[in-house]
Amino acid sequence: MERIDSPDILTKLQKEAKKSQEGKESFITMCGGTGCQGSGCQKVIDKLKDEIDSRDLSERIGVKITGCQGFCEQGPLMVIRPEGTFYIKLEPEDIPEILDETIKNKKSIERLLYTEPESQEKIIKEEDIPFYKHQKRLVFKNNGFIEPTRIEDYFSVDGYTALAKTLYEMTPEEVIDEMIDANLRGRGGAGFPAGKKWKYCRMEEAEPKYLACNADEGDPGAYMDRSILEGNPHLVIEGMIIAAYAIGSHQGYIYVRAEYPMAVRHTKKAIEVARECGLLGENIMGSGFDFDLEVAEGAGAFVAGESTALMHSIEGKRPMPRQTPPRSVQQGLFGKPTVLNNVETFGNVPLIIMNGADWFKSIGTENSKGAKIFSLVGKVNNTGLIEVPMGITLREIVFDIGGGIPDGKKVKAVQTGGPSGGCIPEDLFDLKVDFDELSEAGSMMGSGGMVVMDEDTCMVDVAKFFLDFLRDESCGKCLPCRNGIPKMLDILTKITEGHGTEEDLIRLEDISNTIKKTALCGLGDSAPNPVLSTIKYFRDEYEAHIHDLACPAGVCPALIYYDVSEEDCKACDRCRRACPVDAITGEPGGDAYIIDNHICISCGTCIEECPFDAISVIPGQQQGSEKVKKTVEK
Amino acid sequence: MAFKTDELKAIDNIIEKNKTSRDQQKSPLLPVLQDIQKFYGWLPEKALIRASQKLSVPLVSLYGIASFYNEFRLKPLGEYHIVVCTGTACHVRGAPLLVSELERTLGIQVGEVTPDQNFSLETARCVGTCAVAPVIIVDGEYHGKISKKEIQELVEELRKEGE
Repeated sequence: MERIDSPDILTKLQKEAKKSQEGKESFITMCGGTGCQGSGCQKVIDKLKDEIDSRDLSERIGVKITGCQGFCEQGPLMVIRPEGTFYIKLEPEDIPEILDETIKNKKSIERLLYTEPESQEKIIKEEDIPFYKHQKRLVFKNNGFIEPTRIEDYFSVDGYTALAKTLYEMTPEEVIDEMIDANLRGRGGAGFPAGKKWKYCRMEEAEPKYLACNADEGDPGAYMDRSILEGNPHLVIEGMIIAAYAIGSHQGYIYVRAEYPMAVRHTKKAIEVARECGLLGENIMGSGFDFDLEVAEGAGAFVAGESTALMHSIEGKRPMPRQTPPRSVQQGLFGKPTVLNNVETFGNVPLIIMNGADWFKSIGTENSKGAKIFSLVGKVNNTGLIEVPMGITLREIVFDIGGGIPDGKKVKAVQTGGPSGGCIPEDLFDLKVDFDELSEAGSMMGSGGMVVMDEDTCMVDVAKFFLDFLRDESCGKCLPCRNGIPKMLDILTKITEGHGTEEDLIRLEDISNTIKKTALCGLGDSAPNPVLSTIKYFRDEYEAHIHDLACPAGVCPALIYYDVSEEDCKACDRCRRACPVDAITGEPGGDAYIIDNHICISCGTCIEECPFDAISVIPGQQQGSEKVKKTVEK
Repeated sequence: MAFKTDELKAIDNIIEKNKTSRDQQKSPLLPVLQDIQKFYGWLPEKALIRASQKLSVPLVSLYGIASFYNEFRLKPLGEYHIVVCTGTACHVRGAPLLVSELERTLGIQVGEVTPDQNFSLETARCVGTCAVAPVIIVDGEYHGKISKKEIQELVEELRKEGE
């Protein structure tokens, strides 16, 4: 690849990249993101490449294996352009037919199209599917068009133009002013304005200054940063070079968590190529500005996503948070001024520089500008990554984009903000999603995980789940977090086992308030949120566990029992054979089977096995075989 | 537990490479452990002792890092390594039932290896493929929307392969 010594060479390369894509009759893009890998896309991709080769079509048909396209639920995914035909749930066997019918005869194949669940209508084009139609894709826009590590592909969508503009037409101060004007708030969750952070760092006298990108994305249920880095690493790199120029840094780090091997590979490769092209290293694009990047790999620690802990980890140490202030912009990496932003924040930077602050401000709400990527997951029909303008309502997200709840169940809540966030009940679904409204509702934006929960999700169990997570991940440095979280977890466990009391709820709130006031870092600070928000909105569920010894959602094993309906049971013996603990008795063809709830471990295998839906979960205690004996409170 | 000559050379190379990395300010401890784990798939005590001597740091400092991060393992994995994601999305879609199913089927608890060294079982705090929850990873390969039945079939298949 030619070294880019001036904006003119960049423009030339961009033109060449665009032209090289024009000669093809069709372009087939297949999603190679981790979600689709989980649905077996690699076999389909291999088959496609084989067929193209054996039919000698490579001159006429272009193939691109892109990063995550978002609609992971329906993977493996394929888009055929210019028609825009969108195929879902592909198998290797479908490939020959696609090449014969769709590519050659220009006909779409009915069974591979997306079916709108309500109208049962087949939809041909990607952009007509409700999941995509209501989105506003900015950062995520090019994910479906480019091969992540091919820099030519990034050039073909005008990549690195914002960098050329920055280096040749703007001073660092102008870049910072533009960013402050745009009011891009940190996408990692805390929402601190990026432009201000850059300004404070630039003002510091100490040298050198460092830049770091937080790709530690530890929040369970969130994976947008992974998909940006895997699908479009050059976008993040470009954003980082612009930020480095603005604050006056010459060395940066991208801290990627260990659980994301593909993100590490793609980022490393992209950095290497950018360096070869003269876009990283000395004298970037011939401008005289030097900056280089390195990938720092995490090793699996949730607390490493906390800014001061992350810096310790980059330094090769244990990721223990420290007291702030001094803030990282004053004393960060190696004790020097450091700007740390999240992947999605950096991904927005080139767009703002290209299109201007006014454009960016035209999207979103008063205090939260732009769009935000969420991972819409859990009990919702259309799961995947969505990028939506700030200010959209939760109802629109869950029902218009998400297509509602599977199996006709009733929605209960949306959990946002991961272990630091909270659960928002259905009656607040009309609130507008932005930084401030979510905080007011007792949750937070967080990095963008949105886990939908339905009537079968127990909110006490969810609170317990998060505390179990946080207890594991607490670094142990400060007492409130180290001892407070296990204490709260003990109480929650007690409640889910049927030994809770009314005072336990007061105790939970007490400990929560102490932890919130006294914990050292953000992890501890926000650890009680899942408990507080579930007590606030779902107190009745806690009370059912405590007073009725029943788990209304049918989750907590001690507070439910299994029952076989005498009417529906056909004595087929399937459940008895499937039961892993021999809790079921009966004779084939005889009377209805019986489950011994003393032995039953509530694993649900029999329910899955039963072809007649004769077995159900009943909240509470079975008369005569109570699992929990409630002790009388003194 | 003595080193073979090649093995010792490889470990010394890892230590030397990270000791003299271009970034002098960086502590070599985390990258050394990462590279040793890449070499063995886990962290044998003898390699940690060697690193502690060569780097002139107390063994406990290395242990402190190794035991803090989830990725590091102080014992070897089974032939087939199964990871069950227990992130939020997987949790609400039934991951806890998958964990107990695997524990029963394999006869081991999370964090253990079967006596024949064939299988090891771990849980992960979100592997970031939430849209196809619940997810398990077998030797690096992701299996989305997996059911208990499919898990049974998968384990059966691996058992046959291992024979």
